[in-house]
Amino acid sequence: MRLLINKIFLALSIFSATIGLGFLAWILITLFIQGLGSLHLSLFLNDLVDGGLRNLIVGQLILALLAGAIGIPLGMVAGIYIREYGRGKYAAFIRDLSDIMMSAPSIVIGAFVYAVAVRPYGGANGFAGIIALSIMMIPIIINTTDSMLSLVPKELREAGIALGASKYRVILDIVIKAAKVGIMTGILLAFARIAGETAPLLFTSETSNYFSVDLTESFPSLTVSIYNLANEPEQSSRDLAWAASFILTVMVLIINLLGRYITRNKK
Amino acid sequence: MEKLFQKVSFTSASLVLALLLGIFTTLFVAAKPAIDEFGLKFIIDKRWNQEVALPSDILNAETTPTITDEAAVDEDEIIDEDDEMILDEDEDDGTLTKTVYGGLVPIVGTLLSTIIALAFALPIAMGIAVFLAEIATKNISKFVGMAIELLAAIPSIIFGMWGLYYFAPIIAEAFGGYQVSLLTAGLVLGVMILPFMAAVTRDSMNTTPDVLKESAYALGATKFEVVKDIIFPYSKVGIIGSIILALGRALGETMAVAFLIGAVYSMPDKITDPTISIPVAMAVNFGEASGLGESALFYLGLVLFVLSFAIISLAKFYFLKKAK
Amino acid sequence: MSVMNIKNFSFTYPGVDHPSLKNINLQIEKNKITALIGPSGCGKSTLLRSMNRIHDLYPGNTYDGKIELLDFETGKYSNILDIKKENEFIELRQKVGMIFQKPTPFPMSIFDNVAYGLKIAGIKNKTELKDRVETALKGSALWKEVHDRLDKSAMGLSGGQQQRLCIARAVAVKPEVLLFDEPTSALDPISTAAIEELIVELRKDVSIAIVTHNMQQASRISDYTAFMYLGDLIEFDKTENIFLNPKEKQTEDYITGRFG
Repeated sequence: MRLLINKIFLALSIFSATIGLGFLAWILITLFIQGLGSLHLSLFLNDLVDGGLRNLIVGQLILALLAGAIGIPLGMVAGIYIREYGRGKYAAFIRDLSDIMMSAPSIVIGAFVYAVAVRPYGGANGFAGIIALSIMMIPIIINTTDSMLSLVPKELREAGIALGASKYRVILDIVIKAAKVGIMTGILLAFARIAGETAPLLFTSETSNYFSVDLTESFPSLTVSIYNLANEPEQSSRDLAWAASFILTVMVLIINLLGRYITRNKK
Repeated sequence: MEKLFQKVSFTSASLVLALLLGIFTTLFVAAKPAIDEFGLKFIIDKRWNQEVALPSDILNAETTPTITDEAAVDEDEIIDEDDEMILDEDEDDGTLTKTVYGGLVPIVGTLLSTIIALAFALPIAMGIAVFLAEIATKNISKFVGMAIELLAAIPSIIFGMWGLYYFAPIIAEAFGGYQVSLLTAGLVLGVMILPFMAAVTRDSMNTTPDVLKESAYALGATKFEVVKDIIFPYSKVGIIGSIILALGRALGETMAVAFLIGAVYSMPDKITDPTISIPVAMAVNFGEASGLGESALFYLGLVLFVLSFAIISLAKFYFLKKAK
Repeated sequence: MSVMNIKNFSFTYPGVDHPSLKNINLQIEKNKITALIGPSGCGKSTLLRSMNRIHDLYPGNTYDGKIELLDFETGKYSNILDIKKENEFIELRQKVGMIFQKPTPFPMSIFDNVAYGLKIAGIKNKTELKDRVETALKGSALWKEVHDRLDKSAMGLSGGQQQRLCIARAVAVKPEVLLFDEPTSALDPISTAAIEELIVELRKDVSIAIVTHNMQQASRISDYTAFMYLGDLIEFDKTENIFLNPKEKQTEDYITGRFG
């Protein structure tokens, strides 16, 4: 009887894993079929105003990259503070706050940025979108930097100090270098996550039908446009939304897999 | 140079605190007009953007629960938006009305969809965690673990698309009712929090010391018994923490739910009815809202922020005490 | 002549109520090797780590007494426990180097590892760097093995080679004193022998203090030995006296293996 229960249990567990995998497969296959079907070269050559996705893809990447340019250094330096300099309660407090912020609702961050960078400014603008994305990125980078630095053995730091190096040199020349790969993975994973976000952009930088690098106005976004297109009644809009979804997912998964690839040997 | 670096890094770290305070303050200030206007009753008021007739004699009273102090009203005057209250002259009978906002429907929608998500995801996530931690061989565990993590990496808007066109019809077939509904949104939300719950649960389970497990096996226990009697009790706290943390995250999910819940400001009679959640309410209305309506949205955002913060903090401090 | 005088030195870790070192008095003699031996927990590593004040990476320590370091230029001794300023700490550590139990190659090339101490000391001249790196590597018996791959990562070296690299790195800055904290306990017997030979060679250029839990090692290579037990210095004398004719019973018991 016990053995029977055990067998049922094992079967259920394997079944759950299959369900999980099943959903993944279902979603990816759906994307593939729908997306691949609507995919053609003109999507990459035309902007949304002409039925293409070029401006959206470029726009999304620009938003993500600039958000990264802000969020990554800020997050890393903050992470360094928490792990290397912080003593006692304040550093632990910031670490906890950062962890909580990591799970904060993205729409609320969008609302915040709307209130401080859109409403007073007079309208949607790319800067606001970038700020929103970087706010989301910072806690993730802090968390990953902190974790990776904690894995560096303390003897390495001591060896640097013992040679007469000052603390910041030890951190920059030795500790960061030693944690380099893990930090890179963390950055790539965070970047992949930010690149796929919609809610923070919805009413900050919104989107645009035209090709633009002008951050002072509403800025083209692949994710926001998918949302808009999916809400339009025309079949052509829907097809475009699928093609865009496919491209977005491919982009995000490639960055994600790249991040995991570089740490593949380190586990 | 060393001092400079210390100062810069300290400032960056403090940025987190500044952001948190900034977000809370900004939300509060932006929500204040709605808070002043509706008070805490907002949370239990079902009406959203509804015109409510005002009996004309109220306009002459000094204070009423529904009129702000600043609006000293002259019977003949129609106050414009800047004074936080919209009085409209009803064309038919000339009664004055004002617009009322209440957050009950989105709040309930948020909570219910999250509960459905948890109920759906919990058993599956536990099963996956057990599979990864105890059943699968090293290679299979790596592969399946990776696949589950990929599921987590898929952007939420994709879940919305897939959910709307592929999953929703099936749910409607199986359960009747609308395709875009509380149920559909809840289930897809469940699929979205599945990887996270599985991962944290698996990590919790892996903290069980091998010697403990081995002692049980050495007594002849089956895998099921070891999981049930040794591993789960040992990692119970971490598992509960993961559930609460997943709850906190699910509360704030916007895009997938926006596609699937229906965005209708009405209390669902059945689980297969459409309704709305806080993030969806914000996502859908922010573009057009202004004045009191916009303030009401910020009020909703504030409620969500505080709620998420509280739940995530609970998970973190009470249950998930990770030693770093 | 001594390069370091330790006088009535006591040390307490932060948050601990009893001192880990009590009233230590000993000298590190110039161009000699002084071994610190004793059972686990006797405080020998704590004492060694006080000599370059690396404890101060973790604030909150309490010091009592003096540790005087000889200034080679002025001939005067100064108390290193008085040091408070960042640049003074840096100077101290450039004069008193340390090699750890676990080899700690930096994640850089072999050349950059050895040159690191020089670069942070401000030496930029490429020729000078090259020369000093070469000298240091030769002095650590590593040159022959790595001279053709100086730009390769140091992580690719074996354990014994990595430890010799750390020695080269420390030696390159031309310190006055070198502190070795159980330098061979993580290495195989052949590497251990090579490093012991190296340490004896280094004696002509630097003064050495070495912590070891391996008594045979201490008797093999050191000129002076200090036996410690539970934070006290039990006996300090020439090595042959300690091992052949110890004055204290505790010393004799430890040497003959009755405990520890």
